[in-house]
Parts: sequence; C-alpha cells; structure tokens
Amino acid sequence: MSKPFVFEKPAGMRDTLPAFYQKNEDIKNTIKKEMESWGYQFIQTPTLEYHETVGEASAILDQQLFKLLDMEGKTLVLRPDMTAPIARVVSSSMKNVAYPLRLAYSSPVFRAQQREGGRPAEFEQVGIELIGEGTSSAEAEALALMTEVIKKSGIQSYTIAVGHIGFVQELLADILGNDNRAADLLRYLNEKNYVGYTSHVKELPLSSIDTQRLLKLLELRGGIEVLDEAAALSPNRKGQQVLEELNTLYTLLEDYCAAENIVFDFTLFSHMSYYTGIVFEGYAAGIGAPIASGGRYDDLLSRFDRKAPAIGFAIRMDYFIDAFNSKNDSTKKECILYTSERRKEALKLAKSKRVEGGIIVMQDLSGVRNVDEFSKRFDEIHYLIGSQQGEDL
Amino acid sequence: MNTVLTMAMPKGRIFEEAVDLLRQAGYPLPPEFEESRKLIIDAPEAGLRFILAKPMDVPTYVEHGVADIGIAGKDVMLEEERDVYEVLDLKISECYLAVAGLPEGNYQKVAPKIASKYPNVASHYFREQGQQVEVIKLNGSIELAPLIGLADRIVDIVSTGRTLKENGLVELEKIADITSRLIVNPASYRLHALRINELVERMRKLVENKGDVQ
Repeated sequence: MSKPFVFEKPAGMRDTLPAFYQKNEDIKNTIKKEMESWGYQFIQTPTLEYHETVGEASAILDQQLFKLLDMEGKTLVLRPDMTAPIARVVSSSMKNVAYPLRLAYSSPVFRAQQREGGRPAEFEQVGIELIGEGTSSAEAEALALMTEVIKKSGIQSYTIAVGHIGFVQELLADILGNDNRAADLLRYLNEKNYVGYTSHVKELPLSSIDTQRLLKLLELRGGIEVLDEAAALSPNRKGQQVLEELNTLYTLLEDYCAAENIVFDFTLFSHMSYYTGIVFEGYAAGIGAPIASGGRYDDLLSRFDRKAPAIGFAIRMDYFIDAFNSKNDSTKKECILYTSERRKEALKLAKSKRVEGGIIVMQDLSGVRNVDEFSKRFDEIHYLIGSQQGEDL
Repeated sequence: MNTVLTMAMPKGRIFEEAVDLLRQAGYPLPPEFEESRKLIIDAPEAGLRFILAKPMDVPTYVEHGVADIGIAGKDVMLEEERDVYEVLDLKISECYLAVAGLPEGNYQKVAPKIASKYPNVASHYFREQGQQVEVIKLNGSIELAPLIGLADRIVDIVSTGRTLKENGLVELEKIADITSRLIVNPASYRLHALRINELVERMRKLVENKGDVQ
C-alpha cells in the first residue's frame, strides 16, 4: 500500500463544499421544521458507542461497522444508525419520561463501504422515532409525516411502498409449518432472488393450491386492491389481522390526505432486521435508492430493558438532495470593497445591510490581488474607496 | 406518455439473444440494431433505452439506478452480489460454473491455488466445502493457469466443454447452473411498477411457452 496523497480521504468519506452545504441545510431545515411542528423533539447522541450495546442492537451488518478500541481495550463503534442509540437514551437518561415519546434527530451515521466508491460511508439522516405507541394511528402518523416532509421539500414525483414483515412470515409458516423450510424461502426473498424463490417453491412437495399461494406472494404489489388479493391467499388468523390493520392504516392515511402515493408491497423487505411489523420506503423519480425508509420495531426497546412498541423513519439526506435538480440559489450576495480610510463607513453600511437580512461580504481592497475575478462572485459591489468623503459620516 | 425504461445489456452473444427475446415479446426494436457500435441506443417506439455494458458490469449499473432493468448472467450475479431484484430466468445463454484441472493433477496440497475470473464465487465455494485454497484472479484465458503452473485448479464457466478438452483439462466438480436473468433496481421496481411488471410478464410468458415446446 502506498502512502496516501495529501488530497486523499478514507473510502466513502466526502467533503461538503459551500454550494452543496447551503442546499443541504435549506432542505434539512424545511424537514426539521415540519417534524418539530408535529411535536417531535430533536436530540443528539454521541458519535461513539459501545459495540456490545448499540453496535449489536443496530441492524447494520457487523462488517459495515467502523470499530476502534478505547483506552481500556473495549470495542467502540461509530454509530451506524440512530434508532439503536435513541432506544438506549429512552431506556436510560429518559427512563422516567412516560410513553409515548416523540423524538427526532439529524445526525451523520457511519457505514463502511467495502466494495467500491460511489457510496458514502458517512451520511446524514434526519428522522423521527415514535416510541411507546403500538396503534395504527402511530403508523399513520409516521407515514403521513414522511409524506408531508417529502411534499413540503418540493419533491413532486414520489412513491411510498408499504410492506409488512408479519404477513409474509405468517403465510410462509401457515403453508410450510416448520420454520426451517420457511427460513429458506425468507432468505430468497431477502436476497431479492425471485428466480431462486420460484424454483425452490416449485420443488417443494406441496399441493398445487399452496404452490400457487406462495408464487402469488411475489405479485402482491400495487394499490389498495393488493390487500384484497392478499386476503384471497387465505392467510391464517394473524395474517388476516395484519390485513385488517393495513386497511385501517389506509383509511387513516386518507384522512391525512396522504394516501395518494402509497402502494402496498408485500415483497418489500428491509435490510434492517429489527423491524417487526410494517416497513416502508420512499422513492423519488430518478433516484436509484430509497430516499427515506422506516418501519415498526417492537422488540428493539426490550434489548435495552424498557420494552415498548415503536415506529420510526429516516430521511437519507444524500439521496433526498439528489432528487432536486434546480440549483435554486436565489439569495443575493453583495460585497463592500473598501480602503482603510473609509472603513468606518463600510462597517456602518454592512451592519445596516445585515440587519435587513442580506448577505454582505466586507473586503479590504488591499487584500485582493485580482479585483475583477473577485468581483464576479457577487451580484452587487459597493466601492468605498479613497480618502474623498462621498457622504457625511 | 410513458416513461422510458433504461435497460442495461451485456455486449456480445447474450445481447443478440436478449434482443431476439424482446422482439418476440412484442417490443418494436429497429432493424440492424445489434450491429450498432453505439453504447447508448434509443428505441423510442418500444419505450426503451439500452446501454451496452461489459457483462460483469450490468448489475453495477442497475444497482446504482442508472439503469432500471438489466440482463445479467447468474454467474455475474453470484460474483457481484449486488442489491437488485432477480425477477426472471430468461433461460438463454445456458452454461454452468465448474471446477476444472489437469487429469493427473495433485489435489492433496495444503493450500492449492485456484485461478478464476470469479474470485468471490471460487472462494465461497471452497469455503463451503471446508477447503483452504488461495484464489488468484485472472481476467480471461483461465485454462492457461493450470497448464503452465500458475494454479492447480480453475473455476470457470463451461458451455460445451470444448475449450477444456482442447487444452487437456477435465471438469472436476460442477458448482452451479447458469442462465441469463432479468434484474431490476429496487427503487425503479416500485416507481415504474406498471411498465416493469408488463415487461416481466411478457417475457415470462415467452420463456414459459418456450419451455413447454421443448
């Protein structure tokens, strides 16, 4: 391995330059404002956590964790997601605050990229967690808020897919009985390998009705009618219950006026293994990965000894930002070029402009080598040059 | 107006077979389409845009979402392990992955060397067999490696077995059957569900009917 060049950064690490930073901040603020107005309170957690606690509770693959050792030799991780740290906070520092809790975060998370560049190893997530609430209303609230955030940010063309881990598990268990055989099929579904799933199903010694039920599962994607199609697969009692819940959820979303871009998709699996109920992902036109994702995780809190149902979602800022093409940098930038004789005058002008909310740069003329080049960066330049007093001071 | 779907296609033999399939599935593709040397080909009547990539790179384009769908060999899927949906077995370009070596080779070594274009597949396979091997990545003419002593065995795709035979190698173990697969980007799968479902269904009917005839 050769010594890195001075311009090099570790794989997947990125600099954020002014133009992008501003765009990111503006959109992030819109998102945060919306979340705050729904009563979600922002919190921050440390960048480093113990591997044994948060590292293991998080659903990120172990090989994707950045690990280091502390002074005592304990393994630390750079937090790979925010849900596990928040579960830790809720069960410790906020142990005495009664459920339900509405918390939000806006933080970078870290996931090592082994394969190649093109994907960041550090990226920002803005999200919410609604903890201690197990009803359909909580699910509707999370989905409606996610929809609202996407809409308010100005993304027009988007789809939100909603799936349910429980329905699939119940259907497989109902048909296959023992968990081992179901586990094989679940693995194919998780790997998104439908070819493998289909040929495996066809090899199983099942009645043709059951084979059809299993194959039909792959087609359960689309509008509200999908719930009827799912019901036609004669799920067991628990499966029927899931469908009833989803029907209720859809009605609630209609009340929120957030049902328009919702599709149901029972083939949706998340790589986050802690999800226990509904899972959902948001997609925007032209972006090849989900801009937002979330789901219900009713077992995570018990790992931290404060058992509670919970639901949450996170916006992936890097993909989210990609959905905006326009640069939309409309703020006017002004500059005062002054010489020392007129510094006081310049200061006064700058102060009044800043009070008005403008962006104004003060630049001593003697500090700039190429004035023409420098001037190009601004929409307007005020010259306060020379000893001659233009106006009274 | 429907959105145009971008389809990543492997250059070469699979491309011709795949274009054939698409035509049979009712997608109007311009004539002499296969002979073009362009890397991006539009077929507006079919609502498709094709990008021509190296076979090994097709899943990369699809995973990153610059192509909505693609056609990739199962060998490539096994090697690359990309996060894409593998929705349909097109049953074209049939072959298989196998281990091969010299007929009188010494297979008792502690850590034999394996040459392959598929280092992930090779190391995964031997690990599953509980064998400790060292994998050497080559980019082509894999059969050369055991002949001149670079490796003890090779892992490669076999279609007729002619190349092996002509070079005096024998097939030792079969790893997996390979055919071309239709793959889909996870986001596109939901954003363009209608168009992609239609394409998949048309292709599925075609592939299944063919299976019945044979």
